[in-house]
Amino acid sequence: MGWTGQVMRVNLTEGTCTPEALNMEWAGEYLGQRGLASKYLCEEMDPRIDPLSPDNMMIFATGPLTGTCASTGGRFSVITKGALTGAIACSNSGGYWGAELKFAGWDMIILEGKASSPVYLCIIDDKVELLDASDIWGKSVWDTDAWIKTRHQDPQMHISAIGIAGENGVLYAGIVNDLHRAAGRSGVGAVMGSKNLKAIAVRGTGGVKVDDFLAFMTATTAAKKVLAGNAVTGEGLPTYGTQVLMNIINESGALPTRNNRDVQFEDVHDISAEAMAAPSGKDGKPNLQTNQACFSCTIACGRISKVNEEHYTVQNKPEYWHASGGLEYEAAWALGAAVGVKDLDALTYANFICNEQGIDPISFGSTLAAAMEMYEDGVITDKETGGLALEFGSAQALTTAVELTGKAEGFGKELGMGSKRLCDKYGRPELSMTVKGQEFPAYDPRGIQGMGLGYATANRGGCHLRSYTVASEILGIPEKTDPLVTDGKPGLVKAFQDATAAVDSSGLCIFTTFAWTMEDIAPQIDADLPGDWSVDRLLEVGERIWNLERQFNLQAGFTAKDDTLPKRLLNDAAKTGPAKGLVAGLDKMLPEYYELRGWTKEGVPTSETLSRLAL
Amino acid sequence: MHHVILGAGPAGVIAADNLRKHDANANITIIGDEDEPPYSRMAIPYLLAGQIGEEGTYLRQDKGHYKNHGIDVKRVRAGAVDPKNKSITLEDGSDVAYDRLLLATGASAIRPPVEGLDLPGVHNCWTMADARAILERADKGDDVVLMGAGFIGSIILEALVKRGVKLVVVEMEDRMVPRMMDETAGAMLKRWCEDKGVRVLTGTQIKGIAESRDGLDVALSSGKSLPARLVVVAAGVASNIGFLKGSGIDTDAGVKVDGFLRTSAPDVYAAGDVAQARDMSTGEFSVLAIQPVAADHGRIAALNMAGHETPHKGSLNMNVLATIGLVTSSFGAWEGVKGGTSARMCDDNAYRYLRLEFDGDRLAGAQAVGLTDHIGIARGLIQTKLRLGRWKDILMTSPERLAEAYVATSQGIAPV
Amino acid sequence: MQMALVIDPGKCTGCKQCELACSYVKEGEFNPAKSRIRVFDFHQDARFVPYTCTQCDDAWCQKACPVDAITTNEWGVKEVHDDLCVGCKVCTIACPFGTINFNASTGKVMKCDECGGDPACVKACPTEAIVYMDVEQAGFDKMRAWAAKTDAAAGTATAH
Repeated sequence: MGWTGQVMRVNLTEGTCTPEALNMEWAGEYLGQRGLASKYLCEEMDPRIDPLSPDNMMIFATGPLTGTCASTGGRFSVITKGALTGAIACSNSGGYWGAELKFAGWDMIILEGKASSPVYLCIIDDKVELLDASDIWGKSVWDTDAWIKTRHQDPQMHISAIGIAGENGVLYAGIVNDLHRAAGRSGVGAVMGSKNLKAIAVRGTGGVKVDDFLAFMTATTAAKKVLAGNAVTGEGLPTYGTQVLMNIINESGALPTRNNRDVQFEDVHDISAEAMAAPSGKDGKPNLQTNQACFSCTIACGRISKVNEEHYTVQNKPEYWHASGGLEYEAAWALGAAVGVKDLDALTYANFICNEQGIDPISFGSTLAAAMEMYEDGVITDKETGGLALEFGSAQALTTAVELTGKAEGFGKELGMGSKRLCDKYGRPELSMTVKGQEFPAYDPRGIQGMGLGYATANRGGCHLRSYTVASEILGIPEKTDPLVTDGKPGLVKAFQDATAAVDSSGLCIFTTFAWTMEDIAPQIDADLPGDWSVDRLLEVGERIWNLERQFNLQAGFTAKDDTLPKRLLNDAAKTGPAKGLVAGLDKMLPEYYELRGWTKEGVPTSETLSRLAL
Repeated sequence: MHHVILGAGPAGVIAADNLRKHDANANITIIGDEDEPPYSRMAIPYLLAGQIGEEGTYLRQDKGHYKNHGIDVKRVRAGAVDPKNKSITLEDGSDVAYDRLLLATGASAIRPPVEGLDLPGVHNCWTMADARAILERADKGDDVVLMGAGFIGSIILEALVKRGVKLVVVEMEDRMVPRMMDETAGAMLKRWCEDKGVRVLTGTQIKGIAESRDGLDVALSSGKSLPARLVVVAAGVASNIGFLKGSGIDTDAGVKVDGFLRTSAPDVYAAGDVAQARDMSTGEFSVLAIQPVAADHGRIAALNMAGHETPHKGSLNMNVLATIGLVTSSFGAWEGVKGGTSARMCDDNAYRYLRLEFDGDRLAGAQAVGLTDHIGIARGLIQTKLRLGRWKDILMTSPERLAEAYVATSQGIAPV
Repeated sequence: MQMALVIDPGKCTGCKQCELACSYVKEGEFNPAKSRIRVFDFHQDARFVPYTCTQCDDAWCQKACPVDAITTNEWGVKEVHDDLCVGCKVCTIACPFGTINFNASTGKVMKCDECGGDPACVKACPTEAIVYMDVEQAGFDKMRAWAAKTDAAAGTATAH
């Protein structure tokens, strides 16, 4: 069966590693990964604790399809209380690490407490131990990766680590695995750093079995055909990556530009997928070198890029001349349009630094955008920035700021607080483009109305990946809706949220849902696991997870007041493009959403709803 | 054309098969002195461990192999070779005439000058007869002393442990496998054996063996003694060249051959454990008594005997060994070359060790403990003298990336 | 007609579907560590290289096997017979490509056998980086050149 049935519990305070059986009752109710780990977190931890205290728990969790040949079956999530948000955090990553954990025999790693000095967790099949990390504390993710592989003489190890950002308490520090895949959001890396845990290295040589192999091969083979035949997953994503969206979103008038002052970026073509593929530099080779798949993925949207060797950022730094993870759409937006920068090499370099030092580019870019606006307004001056001219459009400002942020030096220390705290500190809270303390990404809700409700209600704070209604509103998947209207969006958002929660708990990548419906996914899970896993059951699991996460946040102190958007989106109309004259119509959607969810007007799940979902 | 092969080990059998491949009409005769069908000494440890039966050691699994290929296998010992008359006298008194002769008589176990080695219960572990004798005295709980922790001793060690005997290993040198691995690896291997409950006495000699009331009494240089029902002697091997005395064929440690595996006598070739042929690492002519070299020799000698002139550019010394599950291997100039550089990586806790020796940016030697994946690449790199360029620098700090270095270099992938 | 696995690393995305398919067919579970094909990740050089046995005409592993456990089938593929393999590992050090490996859980060696003429890795590869085709038609010489170079340099001319 898809689960290994084994969980490793690591108490960092005590220095103990104790295996235990997976709670199969919960697995039946929450599937795995996001859902199941959230269940463990909610059952075992008081939501009111300080996320950076030893009381916080962290769970690295795989799904039942992780490590199988189901396309994209390699995902894992990190579940904890977010350092940036104080809300439940669930950051999902690909690469190879999650599958390797499964091959080592573990569904999840639960981390508790705080180590007295830097350690890393080394998992070699059933041998799990905490080892001294003093030699790698202060090193980048990339150097840590190399050091651990050499130390254990195994280039086939997979490593998930924090960079110096996580060590330095950058509140949106992420956890990077396989050098450039990341559990990026909500500050899960800051939590890891607060625990003195530098990395988790895994080598697994065991196998993953499924419940019904023949049915599984039939279902996964059919599903792969669907991906291959779909225009987005079969052609758009492999060729252009998620950057396929850059021009489309700009044309839709929904590309947040210069801290959401504008909804279209005049230099969008310079940072688009086409620009990445165009010949550049002295050698005439493009920024984009090739595409890369995560484990088991037949889409392969990952970008492998190079910074032009003559570019100012790297001209004297050959250590950055190799290829590495290139710009995905959200990062290209955050490091580009959000701060008005059009220098593709500068964006790529900044992205490298984010990967190398474990920084979430979305939160970083949005925070920098807010700082730039305050700099323009004179609220932040050269005195605070140490002479760094934080001007919109300045590549130099971008690349210097990202270096300083990782190191927590100079103004980088302030940038590391995130947009909300920064804007609060300088008395301009309205300039923070955040929900529940988290910077939302690359879709302006004035141009894609459903995303406004999605951001406002996302349980981990401002986020596009909890209900990606862009699929419907822009791409027409599974059916086209008008991005400029609010009608029907509450139902659409709820449906996306529930389905996404289920997919995020399975081990699959949400990008499959550009092509797959739950009808394609359910048979794969059904063959993977004992028992019947129908579409209805999966959607119920999704809804249960959503309400569980909501319960956590309510207990952590969030209320309906936090289900909102920055004033700029609610009050200032879009200036150009199809959405010109529109604001985000959140007030038209939120009450209906609560009702559809079976929540009170205060956004609290009713007892009927809770008992219907067995919560 | 009559090809005669003296010796029914791997070199001889492989030569016979290759001769048949390249000369369909020739008469081929293999002459071996043991009673069994041609078998592999390499497989004896697995026979001792009970993993296979005797037939599992046979060099050719098809029962009709020799007959079907027109290869005549005689079981008789050769007495003398007369190169002038192209004739061999066998111990049964008969003569065999040859057109071309291959000396593939292999090696025999050395009997060191220790008193009591001829007592019942003291055996080499080299021939099938030895194996049968050992099997009779190595049952669960029996006290067994293994003399010698070289390559052969260390392989037998695993088989004896699997039989459940109470084992003590006595090695006169300061470490295990001293001619295959360095001090670090030898020490690691010893610690591994001791962790598994095997006593290993290094730097210790067996002074003598005497009969006692319960069996044997093994006197050690330390002054102590060990009880034993069985003593297994694995003190090394020496080429079987004694029968060539007076033949006029040049010998040294083994039979001297040239770059085509020809001996000093016309139409006489040598292969395998008996041949003193070129070692590609040192460029010198020495005996490399290992299975892959025997296989190489057998094939190349056969080609030359069949008239396809084929140079033997040198064999690579290499060994692989499993000792109670811990796999070790060494290749080529594992002790390093003059003016070369060395990369080492050791993880004592995990019983993993890798040492690479470079000559410029070429791999010259390697040894590994606890690493098996793609390990043959070490051979490929040493033997092809592939220039590693920038990868060599990477390997100096990350030797574990050996396989990557090979695949990348062969694909033209050069790191920045 | 001799069929062969022909690998084009330029098309490989590093998804490891081949490793999963291989281990499923050979081991009955998804387990890349036991796959007979391995994808090397050189993403810093923007390359991924699937790597497996090229079925040498005159196979090093086969020559080195002391117990005749490796045979050549009618398609020229070298097969390991588990019932005969004693696990001595001599083939693993003899193969200069490192494509026959020790499987600690069975105590035997394992290598690619092209799945009896219907290789699972080929069917699983989403980008046709691994194809199974007629040797002549494939311009197989190019692929073999590398192997031949190794053979020649090894000083023992291959007797094809």
